[in-house]
Amino acid sequence: MEAIQTERLTKKYKDLTAVNSLDLAVHEGELFSLLGINGAGKTTTIKMLSCLTRPTGGDARLLGSSIVRNAAEVKKMIGVSPQETAVAPNLTVKENLELMCGVHGFSREKSRQKAEELTEQFTLTQIAGKKAGKLSGGWQRRLSIAMALIGEPKILFLDEPTLGLDVLARSDLWDTIRSLKGRITMILTTHYMEEAEALSDRIGIMKSGELLALGTAEELKKLAGTDKFEDAFIAIVKGSRPLNGGN
Amino acid sequence: MRVLTFSERTAKEILRDPLNLAFGLGFPLVLIFLLSAIQANIPVSLFEIERLTPGITVFGLSFMSLFASTLVARDRESALLQRLYTTPLTAVDFILGYMLPVLPIAVAQSMVCYIAAICLGLPVTVTIVYAVLFIIPVSLFFIALGLLCGSVFGVKQVGGICGALLTNLTAFLSGVWFDLDLVGGAFRKTAYFLPFVHAVELERAVLNGNYAAIHPHIWWVLGYTLGVGVLAVMLFLRQMKRQ
Repeated sequence: MEAIQTERLTKKYKDLTAVNSLDLAVHEGELFSLLGINGAGKTTTIKMLSCLTRPTGGDARLLGSSIVRNAAEVKKMIGVSPQETAVAPNLTVKENLELMCGVHGFSREKSRQKAEELTEQFTLTQIAGKKAGKLSGGWQRRLSIAMALIGEPKILFLDEPTLGLDVLARSDLWDTIRSLKGRITMILTTHYMEEAEALSDRIGIMKSGELLALGTAEELKKLAGTDKFEDAFIAIVKGSRPLNGGN
Repeated sequence: MRVLTFSERTAKEILRDPLNLAFGLGFPLVLIFLLSAIQANIPVSLFEIERLTPGITVFGLSFMSLFASTLVARDRESALLQRLYTTPLTAVDFILGYMLPVLPIAVAQSMVCYIAAICLGLPVTVTIVYAVLFIIPVSLFFIALGLLCGSVFGVKQVGGICGALLTNLTAFLSGVWFDLDLVGGAFRKTAYFLPFVHAVELERAVLNGNYAAIHPHIWWVLGYTLGVGVLAVMLFLRQMKRQ
């Protein structure tokens, strides 16, 4: 079974088609990146897959559960780290983690255990007692991902997780994301080409709500006839030719 | 369990903000002491402790709207709500989780006001307990109004609307600072069409043990609480859907 299988997934806002009949399969355990310029439909796709917004057409199945008919079941198996900072500012790091445990219905004992586990895994121990609102952007992002993981998701959505971070903070987050590879299916959106190339198993390039190309970074470079991935991305988006590098 | 976790978080966010404590508790207390001092020097029947305290407790509740609306608006702007919408929390969990924790804060605020009033000479009677109990429906109105504003407006806007406009409306249209009959006309009519003066009259009637006088004020308060509550839920669900 695929982790994610979309079937003509569509989202229209009045005259605007944000996502147009998207057919996509993401394999279990892979890190799949969605790339595209602003307004390509990446965030809308993630919002639909994470049940934040309802599709106007088509459907998607996450490990067999439909986002349209069985959103409650889908919500139990996903974790989302939104584009913007999404932490409770007056709660400490530990309390933020416990909040997420609570909303997933964990017992107090399990909450304490999971919060400790994630604190250790994300090296948050030293700042566990600090209020989240007082942390730097890098630490907030790290906490944000830890919060997304606490519900033991099978599928994790990372919407531009390194946006606005400095080089070191970004490198740390890359290590964190790499450490999750294989265990969890991850969908990543990013504007950083090197990030997608370094982390992804496969990459989908979107423009105007449609999937233009799909494949590994190498396959996409080969298809576009370029040596650099960034050049391949530009060639594909400017050319707007549907390409398929693999499955 | 889920709603309890979310409620706990709401309470912590509100109580850990020092400005909330300063305005929520400090300001009503300052007003009680200040107006009582004026009353001691220049006796004004409106500022007698039995009439003043119920008014101040109702006025203090306008800060509950500010707390609730600011929290909801901030959560919406910070994408925390977006994150929580992808969890198993339901719409009912969210609404109760925002509203219920503010209720004990509101009750505690009115209790503090009454304790201060006792220190200033308010006779200790069982009607104080009833007055605190009757503050619950009034509190629900103000909390629902906060949820409503937070669902519609941004953080800066709720600061203006609930922080400045609502507190002033509550102050001027409730008959706490001046007798509405002194102004009369359309101003008085408008004031009696809104719930603020009814909430104050209700509290005054209960505190003074004049239970027959709670009518029709209680119906105005309950009507507004129900109406604003339903509207707040609808608008919260609308913004939830818009995510």
